[in-house]
Amino acid sequence: MSYLDYTLGAPVADTAAPDGPIEQRWERRRFEAKLVNPANRRKHTVIVVGTGLAGGAAGATLAEQGYHVVQFCFQDSPRRAHSIAAQGGINAAKNYRNDGDSVRRLFYDTVKGGDFRARESNVHRLAEVSVEIIDQCVAQGVPFAREYGGLLDTRSFGGVQVSRTFYARGQTGQQLLLGAYQALSRQIAAGNVEMHPRTEMLDLLVVDGRARGIVARDLVTGEIRSYTADAVVLATGGYGNVFYLSTNAKNSNATAIWRAHRRGALFANPCFTQIHPTCIPRSGDHQSKLTLMSESLRNDGRIWVPKAKGDTRPPARIPEDERDYYLERIYPAFGNLVPRDIASRAAKVVCDEGRGVGPGGQGVYLDFADAIARLGRDAVEAKYGNLFEMYQRITAEDPYTVPMRIYPAIHYTMGGLWVDYDLQTTIPGLFAIGEANFSDHGANRLGASALMQGLADGYFVLPPTLNDYLGRTKLAAVPADHPELAAVEAESADRLNLILAVDGDRTPDSFHRELGELLWEECGMARDEAGLRRALARIPEIRAEFWRRIKVPGTGEELNQALEKANRLVDYFELAELMCLDALHRAESCGGHFRTESATPDGEAARRDEEFGYAAAWEFTGTGEAPVLHREELAFEHVHPTQRSYA
Amino acid sequence: MNLTLRIWRQQGPDTPGEMTEYRVSGISEDMSFLEMLDTLNEELILRGERPVAFDHDCREGICGACGMVINGQAHGPERTTTCQLHMRHFADGDTIDVEPWRAGAFPVVRDLVVDRSALDRIIGSGGYVTAPTGSAPEAHATPVPKEAADLAFEHAECIGCGACVAACPNGSAMLFTAAKVVHLNVLPQGAPERASRVRNMVETMDAEGFGGCTNTGECATACPKGIPLTGISRLNREFLRS
Repeated sequence: MSYLDYTLGAPVADTAAPDGPIEQRWERRRFEAKLVNPANRRKHTVIVVGTGLAGGAAGATLAEQGYHVVQFCFQDSPRRAHSIAAQGGINAAKNYRNDGDSVRRLFYDTVKGGDFRARESNVHRLAEVSVEIIDQCVAQGVPFAREYGGLLDTRSFGGVQVSRTFYARGQTGQQLLLGAYQALSRQIAAGNVEMHPRTEMLDLLVVDGRARGIVARDLVTGEIRSYTADAVVLATGGYGNVFYLSTNAKNSNATAIWRAHRRGALFANPCFTQIHPTCIPRSGDHQSKLTLMSESLRNDGRIWVPKAKGDTRPPARIPEDERDYYLERIYPAFGNLVPRDIASRAAKVVCDEGRGVGPGGQGVYLDFADAIARLGRDAVEAKYGNLFEMYQRITAEDPYTVPMRIYPAIHYTMGGLWVDYDLQTTIPGLFAIGEANFSDHGANRLGASALMQGLADGYFVLPPTLNDYLGRTKLAAVPADHPELAAVEAESADRLNLILAVDGDRTPDSFHRELGELLWEECGMARDEAGLRRALARIPEIRAEFWRRIKVPGTGEELNQALEKANRLVDYFELAELMCLDALHRAESCGGHFRTESATPDGEAARRDEEFGYAAAWEFTGTGEAPVLHREELAFEHVHPTQRSYA
Repeated sequence: MNLTLRIWRQQGPDTPGEMTEYRVSGISEDMSFLEMLDTLNEELILRGERPVAFDHDCREGICGACGMVINGQAHGPERTTTCQLHMRHFADGDTIDVEPWRAGAFPVVRDLVVDRSALDRIIGSGGYVTAPTGSAPEAHATPVPKEAADLAFEHAECIGCGACVAACPNGSAMLFTAAKVVHLNVLPQGAPERASRVRNMVETMDAEGFGGCTNTGECATACPKGIPLTGISRLNREFLRS
């Protein structure tokens, strides 16, 4: 049986969300949740993997509540998690601008922006909680941008018409993460969190059907051992690095969520990946990652390409009437602020027409000349100074005088482990928070909503739902000599030894690049059946070649970064296959998933709600074996699905 | 361009290390310094040699993971992180020395990787505001004058890379500690713990084996984020005040 012959399994449903009016569900859930007596909490150990916004916030909060937290990150310090690189801002329905914002509107915008593929109850809760996040972060000393009166400043951000985005210059993610990291550091110093930096999760321990710990490798000594607990929280981020070139940090990887998937957790909507429209174009084959420029730049920058194909004049020599400000032309109401997927695809269309600029014609201009004329150079510098500086450092061009060149790049993954309203996966006791889960953004995430979701999950949503799980579940300690521990440890070690034993003639990066290019080509901005079938045929061949030709010097008993890469790649091959299968089966366009066969006459994404109004949750059956599809039918009671229109 | 690299290789904290010479060719000026090292490592792997270990992650100058001493300067000749240093700042035929951060409080883990966990312990001893989740008042309850917010932000930009320590002849962490103390102490939210914060953080800094500050100012010159040297004066003032 071929991998493509997936079967349809029983539907999966979220049974954790209470029914009743959507505005009251979260309050009801918290009230109905069981509590754990504060004196008993220290008897419970909770493992948290990852220290980004979701993991850092969860670890600190659970420890504050009295739980014994054992936390892991592969970086040398919890402060380095990739949330730190988020630039633009964080949304919250504070309505400080009196511009018509509300919890209801943030909820509405997020469901609509996600192209009607997110679960309404989760999204509504996210919008409710957003308000508390800002309060929490301000109390921690996060230095948000402020007005002269001392109050918080906000700005509008990609795809919405209200000013609800709070920011700290172009380093909002850094400042929010440092807030969570500092709270976590306080708990580490107090002995409530046992922190394991430079330690990578390799597998999940499932005992008697429940998640009871992880197997992890000390990246310095190579030691592989088990850690047991009463519950496991994965806050390990997204899987954008499967594309090799992405805006993710180099070491961000999918191994934790993928190994959990192999152990039984369903993986939802893997093909929902987000391409960010404003990244710095690649400069050559040596490129190791792509750098994002915050899309807040689209607030003041104007995007254009020459009207004529193959126009190689420098931008200053192209007169105004020979420029095509294509977003303003096609989408007059939203102009340069259309959602990310629309802006990205539009850039690809003009470049495919031969009107792209820069090396290889893979770029469009983002021009600040008008903004500088209108606001003055100082005002532009105050808003975007650090971004302009970064651009200049990388490209050696001055964006104050020459328009920036930008091109889309993989940035975020909306798919992830399937979770219910409690953020629990299909393995009892295994929770997934932040980008690692699939729950809130549907098929497309709005700008400044990733930080909101990470912190909402970690600070406010997980703690009460985890309480409920621990309060309801009788758990006996897992003995240190339980056979499952030794078995999974041995399996993890065997895999590394197999990689080391090949001693072939290709490096991990060479395979990763090959896989990434294939995915970008066939499962990137636009997808079609023929391309996806080509990719599904090619991936097993690359994987087979990997096991014949991979070369990793050194041993597993030492710091071995090449071994870390190769080990992550093994999971990327399987994940890439599932992404392509998911994209192939979803024969509609929605959000970041654009199937060229499913487009409106004017080339916009055409959803097919009757057939595909569900989240696709996949069950693993074996490497290269056809998976089982479980559908979660999505009901839209509050936001009626309409074809998105930004014209 | 073609380059000669002299790179510090060291198996572990207790084994002696040495500078080892490598040649790389076909380096593009648009490569970052780390991409140049990637190129070398690809060749080393194919030759069956252990690649050069170095910390790196975001490669956009914000995570603070990367850092090496390049030709005697922390993060090299430009005022930026190593990942954002581009090869256009070097010339064909150059010989480049690459070493790990050198400081008593940063033991070498392997090659160019050092242990900077002492910086985490400084933060853990007071670099926070005690504000357990859920206890926060409404964000607009306490306005913060823009000047204070901007000053706090200027110091909060520290990425914890450790270049200041590596650049200091005394291996002092004064600028790092100052950055966090000033960030939190100028804000009203940080005021209740103002005195204990600075005392505890300075005490931990000393206990971790960082050297004393003699106002040489190398730290602020090396800082990729431009944390100002005046931060150290502010730290001293906070310390005396406490």
